[in-house]
Amino acid sequence: MDRRIVFILVALAVIIPMLLSVNLPVSVSSPTQKFYDYVEALPAGSTIMIAFDYGPSSLAELNPMAIALLKQCFDKDIRVIGITLVADAPTLASALIQEVAAEKAAVEGEDYVFLGFRPGTVQVILGMGTDIASVYDTDYNGTAISEIPMMQNITNYDQIDLLVDFASSDTIESWIIYANVQYNQKIAAGVTGVIIAQMFPYLQTGQLVGLLSGILGAAEYENLVGVPAKGMQWINVESFVHLLIVGLVIIGNITYLIMRREE
Amino acid sequence: MKRQVPLVLCFVFGIAMIFTQFSPHSFSQGIYEEVISWALIIGPFALVLATVTLIQTHTTRIRRRTEHWQYSLVVFAGLIIMVLIGIFFTPQNSVFEWLYNNVQLPMDATMFSLLAFFIASAAYRAFRARTFEASLLLITALIVMMGNVPIGDLLSNDTASKARQWILDNPNLSARRGIILGVSLGVISQSIRIILGIERSYLGGGD
Repeated sequence: MDRRIVFILVALAVIIPMLLSVNLPVSVSSPTQKFYDYVEALPAGSTIMIAFDYGPSSLAELNPMAIALLKQCFDKDIRVIGITLVADAPTLASALIQEVAAEKAAVEGEDYVFLGFRPGTVQVILGMGTDIASVYDTDYNGTAISEIPMMQNITNYDQIDLLVDFASSDTIESWIIYANVQYNQKIAAGVTGVIIAQMFPYLQTGQLVGLLSGILGAAEYENLVGVPAKGMQWINVESFVHLLIVGLVIIGNITYLIMRREE
Repeated sequence: MKRQVPLVLCFVFGIAMIFTQFSPHSFSQGIYEEVISWALIIGPFALVLATVTLIQTHTTRIRRRTEHWQYSLVVFAGLIIMVLIGIFFTPQNSVFEWLYNNVQLPMDATMFSLLAFFIASAAYRAFRARTFEASLLLITALIVMMGNVPIGDLLSNDTASKARQWILDNPNLSARRGIILGVSLGVISQSIRIILGIERSYLGGGD
């Protein structure tokens, strides 16, 4: 089969379900349920640090889960500190937090703060274990940390109830090695589908309290939070693309077996 | 001298940082915090190094007129425009945000989206049950793919997602743990070699 035909089939498998608004039921996996339960059990006034460790290329998979978590946090009066270890993430992360905050009437500096990016993954993670202000002396807008109301009683990881890393690369392993092992920081993660297999050892040891897996994890989380959005929409589209690829692989193998027999 | 000083520094700081991990004494923790502060200052220099390397690489391409050298001009244009706006007007500036949202974001997303097309084509062409191992890989991949989407559960009465979860929780986890242990032991032995000055390749060649 000409690969241009494969490309057209993939395009159709994406476009048709989007136009028809297909709605398949999504069940919730155990790692997603654990993530949700942990956040749900936090009392009002708790603090979650969210690391937006992804760039625009992974936005489609990770933005929906970040939005669902932010909505859950603001609904439960959980304070959010946003940061990023990825240089091209601050603009998208800042816009994302502000968008959800505006919808939930959350106040900047009181309910949430975005600190932005600092270079040096390991140094930043270790530095915040001692003193967050030693790494971030100002927030993303340039306001001194000492002047931000919600940061008054937050010095280091001791005051952070959960750290969530939304990641498209190996930053999550740095968070586990340096924040969890060194400072006993509780960590949950939301990662892209391609790196999900690497995360399971950490989930089994309890170093990750929960795990969201790609667009499926986003759809599951939206389902749990009760805010179906892009994750639910895109997992339906992905269903048909996966079905197509499975079909193509089966056709390819049948053809291969027939040709081998003929030889 | 050029080699001895880095070797001594590496040995002293390596041993000191190991001891800080085993001593909760305030003196030891003071050293640890001080070194972390230094590391935070040194860290950004990696960005400078990366930028210099990028400039050198693309300057050479333009000078030698290698194939597609014109794209190097685009790299410089992007670099200069974004850096100048970022430095003089901050990344919160509307022009910076417009360029990010309307140039970088769609281009990055497009590059990643193209993968779906190439993966589909590659899977059709290359994913063949040629041997027992290849067949095992093929079946596992198909189960994980179907377990990863709701349509798989719909067609298999929830069996696909359960099978996927079992694969991730058992064979995948065992293999990953083996890799992690192997890599960790390698990192430890390499670190000891560097601290003791046995491994010196990081110093570069020549005296």
